[in-house]
Amino acid sequence: MLTGLSWRSLAVRGLVYQLAAVVAVVLAVGFLTHNTLHNMGTRGIQAGFDFLAQPAGFDIGESAIAFDSARSYGRAFAVGVANTLRVATLGVLLTTVLGALLGVGRLSRNALVRGACVLYVEVFRNTPLLLQLLMWYLLLTALLPSPSEAWQAGPVFLSKGGLAVPWFAGSSGLVDLPRQGPFAVEGGAALTPEFVAVLLGLTLYTAAFVAEVVRAGVLSVSRGHVEAANALGLGRYHALRLVVLPQALRVIVPPLANQYLNLTKHSSLAVAIGYPDVVSIANTALNQTGRAVECIGVVMLVYLTTSLTTSVLMNRYNARALFAPRAEQ
Amino acid sequence: MHTPRSLLLCLATLTVALLAAPAHAGKTLEAIKSRGQLVCGVNVGLPGFAAADSSGNWSGLDVDVCRALAAAVLGHADKVKYVPLNAQQRFTALQSGEIDVLSRNTTFTLTRDASLGLFMTVVTYFDGQGFMVPTKSRITSALQLKNQTVCVQAGTTTEKNLTDYSRANNLGIKPVVFEKLEAMTGAYFAGRCIAFTTDASGLASVRNKEAKTPAEHTILPQLISKEPLGPLVRRGDDEWFTITKWVVNGLQEAEEYGVTQANVDQLASSTDPVVQRMLGISEDTGKLLGLNRAWLANAVKATGNYGEIFERNVGPRSLLGLPRGINNLWNKGGVVYPIPIR
Repeated sequence: MLTGLSWRSLAVRGLVYQLAAVVAVVLAVGFLTHNTLHNMGTRGIQAGFDFLAQPAGFDIGESAIAFDSARSYGRAFAVGVANTLRVATLGVLLTTVLGALLGVGRLSRNALVRGACVLYVEVFRNTPLLLQLLMWYLLLTALLPSPSEAWQAGPVFLSKGGLAVPWFAGSSGLVDLPRQGPFAVEGGAALTPEFVAVLLGLTLYTAAFVAEVVRAGVLSVSRGHVEAANALGLGRYHALRLVVLPQALRVIVPPLANQYLNLTKHSSLAVAIGYPDVVSIANTALNQTGRAVECIGVVMLVYLTTSLTTSVLMNRYNARALFAPRAEQ
Repeated sequence: MHTPRSLLLCLATLTVALLAAPAHAGKTLEAIKSRGQLVCGVNVGLPGFAAADSSGNWSGLDVDVCRALAAAVLGHADKVKYVPLNAQQRFTALQSGEIDVLSRNTTFTLTRDASLGLFMTVVTYFDGQGFMVPTKSRITSALQLKNQTVCVQAGTTTEKNLTDYSRANNLGIKPVVFEKLEAMTGAYFAGRCIAFTTDASGLASVRNKEAKTPAEHTILPQLISKEPLGPLVRRGDDEWFTITKWVVNGLQEAEEYGVTQANVDQLASSTDPVVQRMLGISEDTGKLLGLNRAWLANAVKATGNYGEIFERNVGPRSLLGLPRGINNLWNKGGVVYPIPIR
């Protein structure tokens, strides 16, 4: 289009503005990076990501992947990421189930159920999460028996040391049974109180928000649709499954994705109660190497990647929820 | 396109603010004098080293170093602004120029000295990492901690020492790393960990301050690391480094020659040539440092000499009740060897 080359063309102007914006952003980021590196250089502060290959020299209390202090800082970060993902994934699953139950419970015709759900939601979403995490952690460690006198049920031990269960012993294929040692339970695999407290805290807190999202979604479906379903002879289950839910999901899914993102990001508070998530590992690495900018950068990258991945997955699911009614026409 | 003028102005201001190259802070000493205040980075709360009371007055060994510096430089020990810093913030605060000196029970190590853009001055407390266990556990040696869980606070050299010790003795100790001190002490006192490790001075502080019955907790005798603690300054200002070094060293030298808070004024008539030189009576050492003649006399008048600072904050009769031990002067069985002032 010849007219397309004119400055009067909306398309051309739009393109130029966008290009200018991109150039400005790139220049700004470049300048800030250069300035930071230059200032750090003149002050004798070393910079760079080379430290990731050096031996970490510290141990991590619990790790989903093999780790010891002779492994690299990079590996230590990987352990942190794995721990963060472990608690976030389980948290998302449990939150969805609990939140859905609470949300439906708030709409129950039974006043007791409805009241209990309202109370739950108001208590949990109106107190700070950090406080809740500390409370769960200190409660867990205060209530459970000391590791030298653990509660035993068959091969399972429960104490301040955590929940010890039989687990496969390395490559031998034998089952490693937990047993009572002089000071603590030894052997088996353990769910530590730190992990349980973080999971519990995050799940209970986020579920309160999910409950509200679910309630809003269900209420958004016009009452007439339910009545129409009833008039057609559909029972309560079928009316919910075929009429209410497909429409409610369209309202529920986008804010639900927000709650999933919140849960993942809030897991960074785990550092307060001793769970070795990626922030905890980064703090230790930062202190040992002094590479503050780099360590914070790694943490930001990890959360950004996790959040964007979650967003993409939820958007896909959302697209399906949107198109579902059309496919049935 | 009609962009409101105020918006344009805002944008322009923001751009200038972001793009302006950071102004080089002049010499630290001049900056302190012109602002009339020393900005000192201290611990957020470690009784004996740095802690604020209910009315906001700071006290402790690290705090007294700040006070002595302020007295030497500005002639007044109260002209200090304290910036409480946690373990993660401390180096960045010093690097960025937010504080003039970092006096926050910080261990001197090669990595920190060589890669953080900092200078280590003089050791003010020779510490070592130890363990605290419940007395009823009947553990008497750290070697009995095989496969045990130990509580550690994040952001210290402690984690690495613990790991080194665990590996060297094949103990397989499991660390639980806390960022918040209250979560860690809560977990230890509730029995989540069989032991709690940090610098021995910190253990004494926690035991005497936080434990319901201090006698129920034992600090194991062996120390697993050397932790020389002291104030740090930024690289790039050698004069300020020298001043900090000599003020701390001067406090120790004052102890060796018996100059105390109580007698520093009378000693102005002393005939001892060393004391005369120290107090600026015969020679003006202050001129060489860029300070006034009575810099050390002012410092000692404000805080007392090193021995008095130690006794008041962490010594046997203080709340922490730490023995003088290797922190005594070289001629009294310790390792504190002040460099002569001449």
